Amino acid sequence: MSEQPILLRGGRVVDPEQKLDAVLDVLLAEGRVARVGEGIEAPEGTRVVDCAGLAVLPGLIDVHVHLREPGGERKETIASGARAAAAGGFTAVCAMPNTDPVIDSPATVGFVAAAGREAEAARVYPVGALSLGQKGEQLTEIGELVQAGAVAITDDGNPVMDSGLMRRALEYTRAFNIPVADHPEDVGLSQGGAMNEGLVSARLGIRGKPNASEDVHIVRELLLAELTGGHIHLQHVSTRHGVDAIRRAKDRGIRVTAEATPHHLLLTDEAVDGYRTDAKMNPPLRSAEDRAAVVAGLLDGTLDTLATDHAPHHYDEKEQAFEDAPFGIVGLETAVGLMLTHFVHDGKLELATLVERMSRAPARAFALPGGDLVEGGVADVTILDLEAAWEVDPSRFLSRSRNTPFTGWNLTGRPVRTIVGGRTVWAREEDGGAP
Amino acid sequence: MNRTLSPLGKDLIGLEELSAEQIRSILDTAEPFKEISERRIKKVPVLRGKTIVNLFMEPSTRTRISFEFAEKRLSADTVNIAASGSSVQKGETLVDTARNLEAMRIDMVVIRHGSSGDARFLADRIPSNVINAGDGSHEHPTQALLDMLTIRDHRDSLEGLRVCIVGDILHSRVARSNIFGLLKLGAEVAVCGPMTLMPIGIDALGVRVFRRIEEAIEWADVLNVLRLQLERMKGGYVPSLREYNRYFGVTVPRLEKAPRDILVLHPGPMNRGVEIDSDVADGPHSVILQQVTNGVAIRMAVLYLLAGGAPERAEAAKKGEVA
Repeated sequence: MSEQPILLRGGRVVDPEQKLDAVLDVLLAEGRVARVGEGIEAPEGTRVVDCAGLAVLPGLIDVHVHLREPGGERKETIASGARAAAAGGFTAVCAMPNTDPVIDSPATVGFVAAAGREAEAARVYPVGALSLGQKGEQLTEIGELVQAGAVAITDDGNPVMDSGLMRRALEYTRAFNIPVADHPEDVGLSQGGAMNEGLVSARLGIRGKPNASEDVHIVRELLLAELTGGHIHLQHVSTRHGVDAIRRAKDRGIRVTAEATPHHLLLTDEAVDGYRTDAKMNPPLRSAEDRAAVVAGLLDGTLDTLATDHAPHHYDEKEQAFEDAPFGIVGLETAVGLMLTHFVHDGKLELATLVERMSRAPARAFALPGGDLVEGGVADVTILDLEAAWEVDPSRFLSRSRNTPFTGWNLTGRPVRTIVGGRTVWAREEDGGAP
Repeated sequence: MNRTLSPLGKDLIGLEELSAEQIRSILDTAEPFKEISERRIKKVPVLRGKTIVNLFMEPSTRTRISFEFAEKRLSADTVNIAASGSSVQKGETLVDTARNLEAMRIDMVVIRHGSSGDARFLADRIPSNVINAGDGSHEHPTQALLDMLTIRDHRDSLEGLRVCIVGDILHSRVARSNIFGLLKLGAEVAVCGPMTLMPIGIDALGVRVFRRIEEAIEWADVLNVLRLQLERMKGGYVPSLREYNRYFGVTVPRLEKAPRDILVLHPGPMNRGVEIDSDVADGPHSVILQQVTNGVAIRMAVLYLLAGGAPERAEAAKKGEVA
């Protein structure tokens, strides 16, 4: 991409890779970070963006989103999802393969990658299926998927029940240096469950998914990663025993990375009360004790990556009785505001640590470009106004779907500009910055 | 009668949402309505001109007929909709069904549904009064009310009375409604059954848990015996009906060991020889058929109260006097 150079003038530049947190200028040219420093002179033809009072960060990356295309275009498309990501401050997302058809061939991986490029918003990296049709039987042609652009494999949405298949996936991927992303759930223990199994489910008369259904697979994946030397990436960890097991595995040097989601960090199964389908997702919101463990895991880095598990659903589908509604909530356009308000401004998390969890760690885990503002790297930059107060209003989402439990939450801090490959792909209108 | 003045609010979704006073007022209001079903001409003009839809998305015989008798004996106009043969089977959503009914200007909907929370879902979306006739594993409030009315007929008070619910607590809306209602009226409540059919966290609701039926019988004044759904065998919750009867069945030899005169209820339909033996169901402890009779009175009381009737004016309303 050859674009007009951009000089980001006088923002608070936070880059954990270079241990930077200072007011600096950043010059982007020819799709790369050209320079980071004080008092940079703008070359001729440079667009100067005043970033005084704003935070300038390496582009945020969400390694776990569902963009629904092909097959679920009523909920989201690759283009609408990529724009929603950009509006949420993300410069890149990893699209899960549980679409219709499943992304299990080089052709379908290529389709997702191409549609992502055409969207000209956040980068869209395809994640390929682990097994053909996500049926849990036969490995996909993993090498070919990687060749076509897949950055990981997963059967997210259809947990891998055959431990032997999971072992083979972890072994085989070693040649291609990609992680196996795993939705840890033993469906034998969770079948029929629509929420966390606990006090609230007992009262509401809803079948529950016990913590153990997640814990059993987390522990299995850790053991198999140890056995094979493969890289396991555990998605949306929601249980206290799960967090403990990952912490101990990291201490033992097992190749594991793991996600926390904003909703598991902020909500418990009490949010389901009143049969709220916008609080229905998988894994479910769990107990206060589990929530506290997930928070502790994020703070100490056991859960190294923040991911939204953005899961759009049409309102017709959520407008049903709780047990009949599908699992999942949207997350791309609320994550930054939620994390700034409830973690950074609360003093629980340094801004630099949030950038680590939302940019550097996911980039490294999935071997993606970016994750830092090192000179010569891709010019993917997220600019935030840390102090802007706003209220979550789903009718303003760029996503096609509105299913969020955070409607009406008052938040402080939000994205104002998202730059991908040196080009502004989204900017907040009221700040006068149409892309 | 004005629906906004109902002492129960707009809907009856569950006993968890009601106060002890509201529950007592339903039981007290049912008393004068009992007599209507004993008359030669079983009809009073209490709900004349009201339109009620019985929307049964799950098969039901007893509850549907009981509601229909209650409605007809109060002179309401009623329509029955069953899941099979209706637009529901053609893929219409519950919201659309409800909106279409509402467009025909109805007054009340009695709903039976297989999903927990569906009665509340409907009630939040239409202005008509909604009565929950059983939603999934959540609540079945009129069943618990008729159980309590029947117990009250035989015992002075529910206060301090020990009631044990026996069987599949995990899947039972009858159990949940009874637990919420009985606790509010001051009864002590226990549950007994195989631990596979016991929700985790049930004791947090304030009930005692018995793992053996013998202990439950030794403790209880009243046993409310739940039907064992035959599909539970397939789910692996219970190995066989024979074994269930052997370890959890309510039998005469077990009742003979009870330290006090025990009352036996069953919401029906019964599996004779499984959760309850025939000589118990047909014997002196059983009040099972009286539950069915009381069911009509309870449903009349609920319909009357939701339509805006005052508890103390029930007797006058039966004569057609409008407040």
